[in-house]
Amino acid sequence: MKKKVILDKKAVDRTITRITHEILEKNEGSNGLGLIGIRTRGVYLANRIQDKIKNVEGISLPFGALDITLYRDDISKLKWPEVKKTEISFDVNNMTVILVDDVLHTGRTIRAAIDAIMDLGRPKKIQLAVLVDRGERELPIHPDYAGIVCPVNENEEVLVRMSEIDGKEEVVIVKT
Amino acid sequence: MNWKRKDLLDIRDLSNEEILFILDTAESFKDISKREIKKVPTLRGKTVITLFYESSTRTRTSFEIAAKRLSADTINISSSTSSATKGESLKDTARNLESMRPDAIVIRHSMPGAPHMLAGILDSSIINGGDGSHEHPTQALLDLYTIREKKGRTDGLSIVIVGDIAHSRVARSNIFSLKSFGNDVICCGPPTMIPPYIETLGVRVEYDLQKAVRKADVIMMLRIQKERGGTKYIPSTKEYSTLYGLTKKHVAMAADDVIIMHPGPMNRGIEIMDDVADGPSSVILDQVENGVAVRMAILYLLIGGEA
Repeated sequence: MKKKVILDKKAVDRTITRITHEILEKNEGSNGLGLIGIRTRGVYLANRIQDKIKNVEGISLPFGALDITLYRDDISKLKWPEVKKTEISFDVNNMTVILVDDVLHTGRTIRAAIDAIMDLGRPKKIQLAVLVDRGERELPIHPDYAGIVCPVNENEEVLVRMSEIDGKEEVVIVKT
Repeated sequence: MNWKRKDLLDIRDLSNEEILFILDTAESFKDISKREIKKVPTLRGKTVITLFYESSTRTRTSFEIAAKRLSADTINISSSTSSATKGESLKDTARNLESMRPDAIVIRHSMPGAPHMLAGILDSSIINGGDGSHEHPTQALLDLYTIREKKGRTDGLSIVIVGDIAHSRVARSNIFSLKSFGNDVICCGPPTMIPPYIETLGVRVEYDLQKAVRKADVIMMLRIQKERGGTKYIPSTKEYSTLYGLTKKHVAMAADDVIIMHPGPMNRGIEIMDDVADGPSSVILDQVENGVAVRMAILYLLIGGEA
């Protein structure tokens, strides 16, 4: 299996820093913002963004982890995916929710995540932040913040590895 | 783990790994019932039939709510209002229902093995909602869930089951699950209600309630089952209540953090006194709440994914 590193550890950190500043710029600060990461790696990314905003603004944003399994549109074709917990400790009503995921591809995960959040309340806005936008959308969904735009072929896979669970930190393209 | 079962028929055939997988899945579902919008689209387009040949409030409502919270459509059939009163056999009823293409059938029947018979002839997933005095697997699963929630573990506990052990499917299913997780299980009741050779299931027998509850971590009370002729085995309900009714005095003899369980419906004043049923150690309503989450997990695992 061939692999090509498109972001190394330092570049991942720099990219997250940039996304963080873009979020703060677009929303004119951190007022009314809440972060929700999509399990699994979106949660770690959202965590990093939370830390960085704390460094800049001095406040710790409300934070949540979302499991979208129950909202998937292909659930009947899956071999019983494990359902993990959704843990969102803040009230999403009237908040600007920053939804965070590692890779944006077809847009179906994001569709499911938006539905899941809507069932929890009525946020004022939902914005989407992703580390990698690999293109090939199947739904009309567009990120508000994209770390890196990187179109890849159908037989290639973009993998985000994060030190919390993968032991190392990088974004790679592998041929499948 | 990879879930492969089509049906949920009894606790006895589930491995500990499968049981824990159901409980873990149920944990994710418990939160849904606490939200303002108590519904997820997971089982949209699926149909669940509850086919009950015996009366039920909790189990049926619990299954129906579980299915609806997962967006499945539910249809309830009771024997009293169905063609069973016209003499249709269970097999024929089931085959006719299957022609309407349900995804799961929850059945409760007075005949042990009725769900197993249906599982053999139908493609739908069959869930045992209680078969005679044989098993009531979803009750044992929600009981174990409640024990784990309150005690933080499923093993090494001292658990007393009190009442009509011989005719109770709840007792049987619980004995299977609690023993397979390595708990010390004591069965307590009048000798007429303790089946011979019950020790072969690994439980201990104690006829004196005061001795049985000493230092117990969990006390599980059973109902005197009037509909299964339960009162035939005791001289009078008054005497039963005097010897085996759970009072505050018994609770005080158990472990400090004992929990009191009852599968319902309770005969207050007979097997359990009001101040115990409504007291601080009682987790009876938690059992009901957890029942919905456990049944959501079961429906999800049986009919959620690809067959």
